[in-house]
Formats: sequence, structure tokens, C-alpha cells
Amino acid sequence: MTIADLAFYAFALVVVAAGLMVTISRNPVHSVLWLILAFISSAGLFVLLGAELVAMLLVIVYVGAVAVLFLFVVMMLDVDFAELKGEMAKYLPMALLIGVILLMQFGLALGAWVQAEGAPGLRRAVAPDPAQVENTRALGLLIYDTYVYLFQAAGLILLVAMIGAIVLTLRHRKDVKRQNVLAQMWRDPAKAMELRDVKPGQGL
Amino acid sequence: MASIILFAPLVGALICGFGWRFIGEFAGQVITTALVFLAAALSWVIFLTLDGETTQIVLMRWIDSGTLGAEWAIRLDRMTAIMLVVVNSVSALVHLYSFGYMAHDDNWTHHEHYKARFFAYLSFFTFSMLMLVTSDNLVQMFFGWEGVGVASYLLIGFYYRKASANSAAMKAFIVNRVGDFGFALGIFALYFLVDSVRFDDIFAAGPGLAEMTVSFLWTDWNAANLVGVLLFIGAMGKSAQLILHTWLPDAMEGPTPVSALIHAATMVTAGVFLVCRMSPIYEYAPQATAFITVLGATTAFFAATVGLVQNDIKRVIAYSTCSQLGYMFVAAGVGVYSVAMFHLFTHAFFKAMLFLGAGSVIHATHHEQDMRNYGGLRHKIPLTFWAMMIGTLAITGVGIPLTHFGFAGFLSKDAVIESAYVGSQYAFWLLVVAAGMTSFYSWRLMFLTFFGESRAQGHGHGHGHDDRAHEPHESPRVMLIPLGVLALGAVFSGMIWYNVFFGKEEAVRAWFGMEAAAHAEAGHAETVAAPAAAEGHGAADTHATDTHAAAGTHAAEGSHAAPAGPPRGAIHMGPDNHVLHDAHYLPTWVRLSPFVAMLIGLALAFQFYIRRPDWPAKLAESQRPLYLFLLNKWYFDEIYDVIFVRPAKWLGGFLWKRGDGGVIDGGINGLAMGVVPFLTRLAARAQSGYLFHYAFAMVLGIAILITWMTLTGGAE
Amino acid sequence: MTPADLNTLLPEIVLALFAMSALIFGVYTGKDAVARSLVWATVAVFVLLALWIATTGTGARQAFGGLFQDDPFARFAKVTILLSAAAVLAMSQDYMARRDLLRFEYPVLITLSVVGMMMMVSAGDLMALYMGLELQSLALYVMAALRRGSVKSTEAGLKYFVLGALSSGLLLYGASLTYGFAGTTLFSGILSQLGEGVPLGLLFGLVFMLAGLAFKVSAAPFHMWTPDVYEGSPTPVTAFFATAPKVAAMALLARLAHDAFGAIPGDWGQVVAALAVASMALGAIAAIGQRDIKRLMAYSSIAHMGYALMGLAAGTAQGVQAMLVYMAIYVTMNVGTFAFILSMTRDGRPVTTIDALNQYARREPLRALAMLVLLFSLAGVPPMVGFFGKFTVLKAAVDGGLVWLAVAGAVASVVGAFYYLRIVYFMYFGKEASALDREMSPVQWVMLMGSAAIMVLGVVNLFGIEPAAALAAETLVR
Repeated sequence: MTIADLAFYAFALVVVAAGLMVTISRNPVHSVLWLILAFISSAGLFVLLGAELVAMLLVIVYVGAVAVLFLFVVMMLDVDFAELKGEMAKYLPMALLIGVILLMQFGLALGAWVQAEGAPGLRRAVAPDPAQVENTRALGLLIYDTYVYLFQAAGLILLVAMIGAIVLTLRHRKDVKRQNVLAQMWRDPAKAMELRDVKPGQGL
Repeated sequence: MASIILFAPLVGALICGFGWRFIGEFAGQVITTALVFLAAALSWVIFLTLDGETTQIVLMRWIDSGTLGAEWAIRLDRMTAIMLVVVNSVSALVHLYSFGYMAHDDNWTHHEHYKARFFAYLSFFTFSMLMLVTSDNLVQMFFGWEGVGVASYLLIGFYYRKASANSAAMKAFIVNRVGDFGFALGIFALYFLVDSVRFDDIFAAGPGLAEMTVSFLWTDWNAANLVGVLLFIGAMGKSAQLILHTWLPDAMEGPTPVSALIHAATMVTAGVFLVCRMSPIYEYAPQATAFITVLGATTAFFAATVGLVQNDIKRVIAYSTCSQLGYMFVAAGVGVYSVAMFHLFTHAFFKAMLFLGAGSVIHATHHEQDMRNYGGLRHKIPLTFWAMMIGTLAITGVGIPLTHFGFAGFLSKDAVIESAYVGSQYAFWLLVVAAGMTSFYSWRLMFLTFFGESRAQGHGHGHGHDDRAHEPHESPRVMLIPLGVLALGAVFSGMIWYNVFFGKEEAVRAWFGMEAAAHAEAGHAETVAAPAAAEGHGAADTHATDTHAAAGTHAAEGSHAAPAGPPRGAIHMGPDNHVLHDAHYLPTWVRLSPFVAMLIGLALAFQFYIRRPDWPAKLAESQRPLYLFLLNKWYFDEIYDVIFVRPAKWLGGFLWKRGDGGVIDGGINGLAMGVVPFLTRLAARAQSGYLFHYAFAMVLGIAILITWMTLTGGAE
Repeated sequence: MTPADLNTLLPEIVLALFAMSALIFGVYTGKDAVARSLVWATVAVFVLLALWIATTGTGARQAFGGLFQDDPFARFAKVTILLSAAAVLAMSQDYMARRDLLRFEYPVLITLSVVGMMMMVSAGDLMALYMGLELQSLALYVMAALRRGSVKSTEAGLKYFVLGALSSGLLLYGASLTYGFAGTTLFSGILSQLGEGVPLGLLFGLVFMLAGLAFKVSAAPFHMWTPDVYEGSPTPVTAFFATAPKVAAMALLARLAHDAFGAIPGDWGQVVAALAVASMALGAIAAIGQRDIKRLMAYSSIAHMGYALMGLAAGTAQGVQAMLVYMAIYVTMNVGTFAFILSMTRDGRPVTTIDALNQYARREPLRALAMLVLLFSLAGVPPMVGFFGKFTVLKAAVDGGLVWLAVAGAVASVVGAFYYLRIVYFMYFGKEASALDREMSPVQWVMLMGSAAIMVLGVVNLFGIEPAAALAAETLVR
């Protein structure tokens, strides 16, 4: 067993364990933290596979942005998950039954798993030979050339998500006084104030 | 011109039926009548100018589906021309007559508008009848066939407040359905065999049909015979032949003009028309025509016997109609279609006249129809009396024997009987006996109604006329004019057209537009050559190589191989059909026999109802079973009631109460009121609004699908 | 990527660019003040694009190595989608403006959603399929929740989103199983790898993908979101849900079934048949209890999807043709019906209860008559066009050997006729009730009358869509 093998099993174990903890930990904040651990371990797995770009993306995008965002959301929403879980417990036996049935059948399918004769060939045919092209370049070729259509479509999806988030949350409240920075900056003290000499006992 | 004839009544019916509220009832009556008169006038023009050639006037494409193609077209030939004249003339006169007859009617209260409806129905009937007679294919004919059925139903049940009128209308409709079923089967069979419903194609296929066999009702039939019998079943229903005749006497529940138009002159003759129209088929269907002959003769005899003892004036004439239709069928059955049409033609005049005369009598006596309550009306309504007298002379066949001078019925009926002698001895004897009985009951009618003492029992049963009106009174002029016109027809129509219907064979053939028969003047059957028609197989049999035939057969030369075209002419008489010819060479006693029978009938009637009026009662007493048998119309209605009506009613009741009410309604109601709402509530409960329920349903759905896949392993 | 690829994709690109420029235009100018003109511009673009696609497209082309397919089938679906979206957008303008819902993002979202739909019907690859589906769905989720102030609308959006995510998960899982078997996500590649026996894993993948798409067409038992979302969303959005996305999802289903799994029609055919029979039965039965016309239309659309699926279940070109014709008719009927529902107001407030229609015929005989025609057509009463739609799918099912399915469909249509006819009953013979407002925007009036007129006049030859549908089906089923 080489070091690489050791590292693989270590990362793999951590990913599975962290995934389990995400689902069973009572505190949602802990769940998100476990999730971050799972992401980092997956990044390690990618490194072991020689896919360093994907590994870095995972760390930067998922750990750095997505998971942190989750954390914020969870903390801000302050959802009482325990209550929801209590409601769900009523349906647990039924859900378990269905789950077991499904699981058994997936097991069956896995046991009888075959793939088409041409499948391995087709799988390899898509990507360039890793021995000749480094994987960042290969990814670039795939994403920005072969699959640019999908890439652009994904861009549109994100655009919709953005529009949706704004449409559903942005409110122009007219009853709230807002700070107008420019107005403040352009304010001329000379015009804003008028000095009056008020005589005692007379008033204006 | 033909289109105008066809559509004028329809336009009238539409205007009058839907528009009388806007133009007024009287205007509606005038319009319908005027339009039918126009049609009648044009019909006469066509009738007198037609050269006998068949022409087709296509009005529009109608059906075009696969091989089933039919145009809406007018087939204009001699047959059509005859029928046009008959239908339109009688219809126009009946329209006119109805002005008077329907002016007041006790079945309706003052402000009920029944007249426009009546005239619209009449015109609609006329249109349907014209559709029938002008049709160029079987489907169009069936359309008209059913149209007249509907019109007949509506008019029989015109007094819809009377239960008897309603049931009579239903009876007529239902009995006709039985016949129509046969007709429809015949059409199907022809379409199945010939692959067309157009007359031209069907006629051309006649010889071929005779050599085909089809399997029907688990039996192998000769195709031509099967088709012939099926079509004749339709004709039986419409023309009230035995077995399917029961509706006609009951149809007298309708207003009398209706009886004259529909149930004497036109609609009931549609069956005869059908048989003659399909003559190119019947010529090749010997068994079918034999069947027609036997049934027609039997009907003529049967109806005449029943007519002997009926007391209702309209029923007597109805049975007489039934009987005369039997005569026509005999003529068609033995193969002289021209004679059938001849009798149809003359019969239309004198029978319509008898009905209208009877209507005039009924009108005069305030809707009294029982002849036992008439008597001595001769002086009170003289014009009606003379009209009826002419009609009676016509129907009984008065004329100078062995010459061609006589009333219409004399010529046509004798022609039928003489043809029957050639074709079938059975039919001949029955017809002669029937002729005697016809004479008896016709004179009985006359004697009971117009002679002797008045037997009217005070009309004091309270309808709101003043006293003066209780006396029988002559009918208004609008009712008498049609009688006069028809009287002309009853007297002269036979003499004028004798030659072309039943004269020399060449004349008849020319008149109907058939190919000139290669006829050897030596006058014997064996030498009669085939007509030079382009009948495919017939050409081989033209053994009689007469020069006439050679001259006329340039078309038939190559007809061994060439596809057969339809035979020319409105009717078709095959090469072996010599009846028309032979009927002119009969022993004198045969030609005298109908006249003698008529005289015997007259003498008996005179004896029974003028000289010894007590005899009929005595005879009825001494021969009571026979009298009852006849009075009850051979118990046909009773037998049908037991065999068909009651089981059908029971079955209907059973299906209605138990089948429909219990099983179907119960099932539907149970489903609609019980199961479906239950399921609805269940679905509503599942739609709880909880997200996880929904998600659960989805997971459950996929679990079921997956399990199904696992168990079955996909499609085999 | 070549210019030819882009050229093939031109309509989608144009539409996406239009959406983005509209967005920028809206943001930098008057925001919601320009919404009205943006709506009409969008309608115009949709109609022009539909005409463009309908008139210029010929033959079958591929782009991006088979990711994107432009063929008669896709064009038929695209034209239907574009026209129905334009119709719904046009008639919703008035309603949204009155309710203060007309924001400039609304036409932009619809446009992006339509782009997604066009991508769906042209998909030639599992990934392209998913991208189109998500683009469409995401926009729909947002639109469902567009009325932010209403709890029901928000709830509808959330439910739709969560369940939609679940369905996407099912779809993706199925897609990955399929990829695992075939080694490719290209439809043509999958088709080439299908051999004699079908392993259980691939069957599972098929079932999961069908389930994911069944959610989009709201076929039972994946329909649960439909009534709640239809009821909660603003009515114009409901109208949109009921029309264009259904066509897109149904077309996608047909494309996946035939392009990728055309070699094993029996396997997906039986699943589709099961979905069809469940949808027809549920749509017919559950609608009976409804008092809200939008919920009723939800069940109605479930039932109608059942009939469309029936055509698909036959597994033949005739079936696909019947399905396309059925969808075109269905969309037309729904446009008219929703035009009417949009006009249902009392004192300016929208009303959606059925008993509000009591005695409607007495006050508005013409509109009631048009509605009667539409409801008869929805119920499948001859001689309305709706009957012919049902008839063609039933015939396709019978010809495809699925007699039991056709019988079930006929029975369900009898039960289903009840609730349509009940509305007619209310309109003509109902009890006297407080009247609805008489006003109706001209666009809605035109849509209602036009749709009703089509239901009657289309009897002649269905406006010639049958040959187009036949051509489309021919390219799909080889």
C-alpha cells in the first residue's frame, strides 16, 4: 500500500463520515461545518486523481463561497430543525419501509449491473488523452469549445437565478428615508445654515 | 327544369313551416300550393316532351369515400317522368283540396295554428317523394325513402292529441322499419357485390349477379335473387304487401287528404316503383320475381276479402289500395314492368279521387266515417256522388270488352290480369276473383253511401255548429275542383296511354327508351331475339340472327370481352321476356274474365244492398266464423300482437326496468354517486398541502414503478 | 464550435440576447414603467420568431456534435411554444398591470423560460436536456412566487421549487444510470448501445428519467404540486404554466423516448401508459370536488396530459403525431379558457370560484357561449376540435395495440365531462348570484373568441396542423 493509497482511504473515510455527520448533527451550523470538511476531503481526492484544477475550484468555490453562504443563511434564518424533524418522525416507519424497498432494488440493479459493449470506448472518446494534454487545458477545450453550448446555458440559468433572487427579495420601500450620499456631499454649509441674531425677549 | 320541380316543394315546405309566423298562415298555404302547382305543370311538360332517353342532372357531389361514391343527381327517364306527373299532380290537387278540408277542424281549438304545419308537411312529403323517384343511386333513393316515411309518420299522427292517431303513426313507422331493414340489407348487398351504389353500375352488373352466389344467413344464395328478395322486402313494407300490410288501414287515422296523397296515390306505390326501377336486376332473378308474383297476388286476394266486410269508408278504400298494389306487383313479378307502371299511373288518379270523394263525404257528414250511418246521400251531395261514381267505374274496370275503350282501371287492370295469365296461373285466378270482389265492395260502398234511405242518427253529439249544418252539405268549390280534374284522369288516362304502356312491344320499348327489340312479326316466342343491348353474356345467346338485330347491334359486336354497360331505358326487359308480347295473344275467355268477374260483383252488390238489404246481416249470421275472420282482417293484428308486440313490449319493459333502470342506471348511479365521490374525497385528502406529502407521493410513485420494473424485468 | 453551429442555434441566441438586452434596458431606464412596452416587444419577438422558424426551417440539422437538434419535430414544438407564450403574455398584460404585478422582469423571465423550452425540445443529449429543463424551471419557480405579498403565491413558488428540485434529482439520477450503462450522454449514442436484453440498471435509469419528466408534465403520481401551484400563482402565470411548458416537457419526453430509447419502445411504453392511465383517472376524479376554477384547470391539465401521454405510449409515429396535434389543441383551448378566467373579476378583484359564474349566460350570452364551446371542447364533446384531439390519441392507442388504455381513456373522458359540463350548468342554469364585472380587456376578449372559434371552425381540417405534425413525428420515429 503506497502513500497515495493510504491518502485515498483517509480522504474517502473522511468524506463519508463527514457526509454522515452533515445529516445527523442536531445543530445546523455544525452540519455546514461538516459539509466544509467533506468538500475539503473531496478536494484531496481530486488531487490524488491528478485533477488539480477541479480540486482548487472545489476549495475556492464550494468551501470559500458556497459553504460560507450556507452558513450565513442558516444562522440568519434560525430555523428550528428539531421541530420539523419531530413532525417527520411520524412518517419515519413508512419512509423507512419505502427506503428499504428502494435500497434492495438498487442493490439488485447493482448486482446485475452491466454496461453496454461500446460504453468504455465512448467514455474515453469524449475527452482528450490525459497523457498528451494537461487536464486544465483539456477542461478548457471541453468547457469552452465542445460543450460551450452547455456552458452558456448554465450561464443563462445563473442569470435567471440572479434575476429571481432580486425579483423576489428586493423591495423599494417608499416609507423609509434613505441615505443619499451625493446629496450629503454636495450640501453647502453656507446655504444650509442661516445665522440670525435674536434679541432677548423678542423672538423672530 | 327538373331541379325546379324537385326543389319547389322543399322551398314551399321551408317557407311555410318556418316562416308562417312572419308571412301569415294563409300566405304559407298559398305559397306551398302555388309551388307544387308549378312543379306539377313542369312535370307535365317533361312528361309530354321526354324522348325516352335517360339523362342525368348532377346537382352536387354528395358522398365520396373510398369506392362509395354517390352524386346527388336527378335521373330523368320515362319512369321518373311518370312518377313526377303522378306525384306532383296528385300533390297539387291535394294541396288545393286541403284548403277546404282543413279549413275547420274540431281537433283543434280556435287559436291553434295547424294549417301551416299541415301544408308544410304535405310539401315536405312531396319533396321527399320526388327525391325518391328522381334518385340516381340507391343511397339517394334510401334518403327519399326514409323522408317519405318521416312525412308519413308526421301526417298520420297529425292529430297528435288522439291516442289512436299516435299509435297508428308509430305502427306505420315501425312496420316500415322492418321493410327498410330489408331494403338497407339489399343496398348493402348490392354495394358488396357491385362495389357501387350508382344505378348505372348496378344495372350493368345485372347479368353478372345472376351467376354469382353469396352466403347469407348460413345459406348460399344466387346473388341476383338475394338482392331481389331483400329489395322487395323494402318494397313490401312501403307498399303494404302481405305480412307487412298492417299499418296501411290504421294509417287512415290521418286527415283524408293525406290518405289520398300518401296512402293511395304516391308513397305506397314507391315499392312498385322500386321493383320496376330495379328491373335490370329482377330480369335476372327468376325466383325473386316468382316470389313477388305470388305475394302480390295473395295480397290482392287477401285485401279484397277483408274489404268486403269493412264498415269504415276509408278502411274499405285502404284495403282496396292494398289489393290494387298487389295487382301492380303481380305485373312487375311476371316481368311486364310497363304494365305495373300503367296500373300505378291510372290507379293514382282514380284512387286519389275515391279518397278525396270519401273525404268530401266525410266533410259533408261532419266527420262520420261509418258507412252504416250514411245512406241516400246521392241527392244531397250530387257532385261528390258523380265523382265517386266515376272513381268506382274506374276501379271496378268498366269498359267495352275486347276493345280499348273504357275507364282507366278497365285498361290497366285487364292488362295486369292478362299478363298474369301468361306469367302465372295462380296469380291469374286469384286476381280474377279479386277483381270480382273489388267490384262487390266498391259497389257496396256506393250503394251504402249514396243509395237507399238515410241512416244518419242525429248528429246531436254536440259540436258547435248550428242546426243547418247538421244536414249533409256539398263541399266547397276548392274541394270539388280537384275531384273534377282527377275524374278526367280516371276516365281518360287509360285510353290515352294504353298503347305506350301495354300496346305493341315496339311502342312500349320506344316509350321507355329501351333498345328496339328484334322482333319477328311471325309472332312466336321462340323467334324473339334478344334486344341489341350491350349485355356481356347475352350476346352469345343471340341465336336469332335477325337482320333487325344485326342492324341495331353495332355496339354489341365486341361485347364478349368489353365490360357491360347498363342496359338502355327506364325499365329493362330481358331477351327471354316475352310476357308482354304473349299477353296480346290470349284466348278470348281470358280477356273477358275480369269483365265477367266485375259484372258478378256488381250484381251481387246490387242484390245485397239495394234489393234485399237484409241479406248481408243474414249471411253474416249464418257464416259467422268466416265473417269474423274477414272483419278482423284474418286476425293479422292479433297474431302480431301475440308474436311480436307483446314479447317486444315485455322485453322492452324488462330491459327498461331491470336492465336499464336496475343494472345500468344503478351501476352508473352507484358509480356516479358512490364510487367516484369516494375517490374524489380520497384524492382531495391526498392533496393535503403539505410539501412532504407531495414529495412522499413522488417517491412512492417511483418506488412502485421501480418495483414493477424489477418484477417484470421490462417489456418482453 | 463553428459558425454553422451558431447558425443552427440562431433563434435561441436571438431570444437570449433579446432577454438580456431587455433586462439591461429595463434596469437602466424606467424600470417597471417600461414593463408594458417590454411585454408587447416580447410578444412581437415571439410571434416573429415563430413565423421565422415556421417558414424558413427545412430538413434536420445538428449543432455542437449532436447536443442540439433542429428538425421538424423541434420546429413544430417551438412554434407551438412561442405562439402560446405570446398569447398568454399578451392577455396577461392587462391583469398584471391592474394588480400592480407588472414588473419588467416578468417578460424577461418568460423569455428566458421560453429559451429553456426551445433548448429542451431541441435537446440531443442528456446534459442539454437538463440545462434546458433547469433554465425553464428556474424561471417558472420565480414566476410562481411573483406576487410576493401573497402567502399563497410564495408557498406555491416554494413548493414548486422544492418538488422541482426533487424531480431534477430523480432525472439526474436516471441520467447517470443511463450514462453508466451507455458510456455517453448523447441520445444517438445511447440508442446505438441498446442491444438485445435491457439490464435492470438501465430500466431504473429510464424509469427515473421518465419520473423526472412526468413531474414537468404533471402526470400522476408526480402531479401533486400542480393544483397548489396553479391556485397560488398569479393567474397569468398559471395560464403560462398550463400551456407552453407542458408542450416543451411533452415534446422532450417524446424526444427522449424515441431518440434515445427508440429501440426499446415496449419498456418505456408501458411506463408511459401507466402514467397516462393514472393521470386520466386522477384528473377526472379529483376535479369533481373542486370549487376553484384554477384548481379545476390544474386537474384538467393533469387529465389532458394523460391523453397526450396515451398517444406517446403507442410508441408509433402515429402516436407522436396524435400527441403533437393533441398538445396544439390543448394549448389553444387553455389559452381561451384562461383568457376568460383572467377576466373574472368582481368589483375589480379577481374571482376564481366556480359558483361566481352562476347565471353568467344571462348577462353575457356571447362570452358564455364561447366558454361553453371551449368547455365542450375540453370535455371532448363532438363536433368540437377537442373531440378530434381525443379521437386521434385514442385511435393511435388502439392502432398501437393498447386497447385497454383507449378504453380507460374513454371511460375517464366520460367522468371528466361531468365537471366541465357542471360549469356550463352553472353558467346557464345556476342560482342567481352577485354578478361578475362586465368589463374584459380587448386582448382577452379576442383570445377567448378566437380560441372558441378555432374549436368550432377547426373541425374542417384542424387548420392543417396534421401534416406538419405528421412530418414532425416522422423525423422523430424512424
